[in-house]
Amino acid sequence: MFQLLQINTPVPRDIPLDLPLPEWLLITLLVVSFLMHIIFVNLMIGGTVLTLWCQIKGLKDKDYHNLAHEISRTITVNKSLAVVLGVAPLLSISTLYATYFYTATSLTGGMWIAIIPLVTVAFLLTYLNKYTWHVLDKNKPLSIAIIATATALFLFIPLIFLVNVNLMLFPEKWGTVKGFFSALLLPNVFPRYLHFICASMAVTGLFIFWYMGRKNYPFEQYFEKLTRYDVKKKAYSLTLAASVAQFIIGPLVMLTLPTKGFDTRLILVILCGAAIALPAMWWIWKAITGKPENIDKHFGKVVIALSITVVFMGSGRHVYRSNALRPHQKLVAANTAEFERLSKEARENPPTEQAELQIDSTLGAVAKGAAIFQMNCSSCHKEKEKLVGPPITEMVSIYANDKDGLKQWIKAPGKKRPDYPQMPTLSQLTDDDREELANYILSIKK
Amino acid sequence: MDFPMFHLDWLNDRFLIALIAILHVCINHGLAVGFIPYITRLEQQGVMNSSANEITNKEWDAMVYKMMKVGFIITTTLGAMTGVGIWLSVSVVSPSSIASLIRVFYWAWFTEWLVFVTEVVLILIYFLTWKNSNKSLKAKLRHIKFGWFLSIFSWITMAIIVSILGFMMDPGNWKTHHSLINGFTNPIYIPQLLFRTPTAMLVGGIFGYLLTTIFTKKNTELRARAVKQSSIWMLIWAPLSLAGAIFYYRAMPQAMKDNMSTAVGTLQFAQYYDLLKWIIVGAISTVVIIALAGLWKPKKIRFAMVIIPCLMAFGFLGIFERVREFIRKPYVIGGYMYSNLLREEDYPLYKRDGVLKYATYTTTPEVTETNKVEAGRNVFILTCSRCHTTQGINSIVTVFEKMYGKDKPFDEGSIAVFTKNMHNGRTFMPEFPGNKKELEALAAYIKHLQQTGDVIEGAQNEGVTVNPNQSVEAVVKLIDKQEKAKTDSLAKVQTALNK
Repeated sequence: MFQLLQINTPVPRDIPLDLPLPEWLLITLLVVSFLMHIIFVNLMIGGTVLTLWCQIKGLKDKDYHNLAHEISRTITVNKSLAVVLGVAPLLSISTLYATYFYTATSLTGGMWIAIIPLVTVAFLLTYLNKYTWHVLDKNKPLSIAIIATATALFLFIPLIFLVNVNLMLFPEKWGTVKGFFSALLLPNVFPRYLHFICASMAVTGLFIFWYMGRKNYPFEQYFEKLTRYDVKKKAYSLTLAASVAQFIIGPLVMLTLPTKGFDTRLILVILCGAAIALPAMWWIWKAITGKPENIDKHFGKVVIALSITVVFMGSGRHVYRSNALRPHQKLVAANTAEFERLSKEARENPPTEQAELQIDSTLGAVAKGAAIFQMNCSSCHKEKEKLVGPPITEMVSIYANDKDGLKQWIKAPGKKRPDYPQMPTLSQLTDDDREELANYILSIKK
Repeated sequence: MDFPMFHLDWLNDRFLIALIAILHVCINHGLAVGFIPYITRLEQQGVMNSSANEITNKEWDAMVYKMMKVGFIITTTLGAMTGVGIWLSVSVVSPSSIASLIRVFYWAWFTEWLVFVTEVVLILIYFLTWKNSNKSLKAKLRHIKFGWFLSIFSWITMAIIVSILGFMMDPGNWKTHHSLINGFTNPIYIPQLLFRTPTAMLVGGIFGYLLTTIFTKKNTELRARAVKQSSIWMLIWAPLSLAGAIFYYRAMPQAMKDNMSTAVGTLQFAQYYDLLKWIIVGAISTVVIIALAGLWKPKKIRFAMVIIPCLMAFGFLGIFERVREFIRKPYVIGGYMYSNLLREEDYPLYKRDGVLKYATYTTTPEVTETNKVEAGRNVFILTCSRCHTTQGINSIVTVFEKMYGKDKPFDEGSIAVFTKNMHNGRTFMPEFPGNKKELEALAAYIKHLQQTGDVIEGAQNEGVTVNPNQSVEAVVKLIDKQEKAKTDSLAKVQTALNK
């Protein structure tokens, strides 16, 4: 299996600290918290896209204008939960896959950091759209421009995350990637992206169905012609259409994924997930083609079935990752152990640095002192000019008749001058060295 | 060492983190921890001062709602994203340190996250149900209760994160125990918390004060009342903030001296420390003056009078963060990992064999006569680039020119000698980790930087080159060797037994 990995594949070392929890527990936390996060991301993105669409339709139809407003109000909550729920999976993936995840983010670092301003701006634009709704009633194109910009940002930002969770799976590509855009071009990024966008639309459809169908939702207060049935039917149709599309995009994702993470377990998990979606789609079909009063009939079952699908797909995602990385993780573990061994060995036998003094014999009696000075002092003291500390000539003027005082100062320097940094203690010097040094220093003439 | 080196060669990597983190601290302390209780108190006063036949004073409540709206919009956008942003930026600038910290503090962060989720849910409820709650007194009182819950949760998130910050400066005996309790028991924890709590309240108060001058009309009764209430709030917290600041200010060097005697005592630290004294006095007294003015002539207060004290109060918070950052040097995790992301315990190995040999990504696994400058560049990226740039902020050229004179050609020998010994004199600098050849290569590269004005693109732009010593091929060989050694020794035991 090792031979499958290309030769130019790096093997970084892992963090040599124990995992804070058993691995299976961390994986469970990762998968569960990720799904919670991604559902709200789906709602945030789906909600923004639908708001834009309704707002454009609302130019001609007042009900759609109001529908846009109603959907846009949900984004405030969904986007805040999306962000805050993202922290736990980020924490878990950084714990489990530090080597892989942080390598990917470093390699696409510029765009990774750009997440902060991009998301902030997208959020501010959704607030702007919501809180200027009535002010901009007379200037709808501006209002549409605001939400369109937010939508464009929201559609772009997931690509940044996707590029990273994708790149982390392929250490063999790390040496070839030059920044975000080159990582974006890895073959399986866009199919995965489409898969995600379709999921967002499907989830948002179900959410709108529930949100506007609630008994205590004052539907009639907002809409003139549109009925609850109309909105529910549209929402359901969206979910159905997006789910059908997944049956085309899903296989495309599988085809473009490198084979290294495939095994029967993965196929089984994915097929189970897809199979459970089928009855849900059938119930939705019955609901939108049946009598209006029966549209709610299977809603609970649809939600349960599709939730199970989501759990299967989320698990499949992890199974692929875990399969794809296992051989490389073994190498990482071996390299880490070897490094720890070498480090320990070096720690126990520290290299003895025999500093070689550069003796300049023309200096005669003070040659050794000059060499010691060159090695230990010259980076801060010059003969006649102030460098970091005062020049030698100044030392001579202070200690000309006080060699012991000079030796004492070198031994235990203090802080004398307010505008100079404190001189460090040179613990590497011996008494003999200090004697030689003092002799050399005091031999310098002004 | 083990990660591609993201590098911002003009802005400086540390500066990126500092920018995001200080912005976040200002929003977190000023617009959440301190602002929410301030707002809740105002909301409560609206109910208390209403006439018998209304739930709350409508004009007052509408003003408080608008103030909260500003807080809500900023905290849920820039506040939330700079919070996540600290993570995102630290993970690219300082991946080894954050990955190590996570392994120790997983539970602290996980708990922090749970509290944080609660905080976000509460802030959504508090703000989004505000108008609906004005329909009945019961709902209004419940709404106010939510405000107080939210205040408590905001404070708890701060209390947890401070332990992680404290830990980074002083892991105490973590090296022997590896437990997160050290974060809470370290000597800086309580002083920090006692400083941050009243200071957050004070900054929240002055920010609210500023908002009242925007949301009320000049010379109105409403403005006079709002200004007065803000003034009282600030005057309550100002002395506590001052006391907390002095306590923290005094605890800082003592804790550092006791534990690792790092940057304290250097000229650079003394400068900050002196400046801090003036900023404490300056910021708190301007805030007190504007608060007293608010009590004395509340109707005369204008936006222009409040903006300066408000900015000073936020600056006050910011400078404390800067000092806190400074005192943990030369470490990123005290006593364990230096700010160049290399572990102290690995230093003997690096000094013996050099850092390049063990770098996962480098174009020069070894220094030779022909690759000296290029190798120096790689050494620079590995050992200096977390804090220094080539020509930008805290540029390595400028640092040396400050010592050796501007525009004077560098002497490679002096730079090498200085770099070898700098950690003795400049205790905020980690010791140079590499071997002699690497030191010389680095000096040659620094001279090259001065001569040519060359710059570095980080791994995020130019990608990485895999070190053949750290490739799959090398590790497979290593494993083979280990396997062979194992079978050999087994065979030896076998033959010994057979004999």
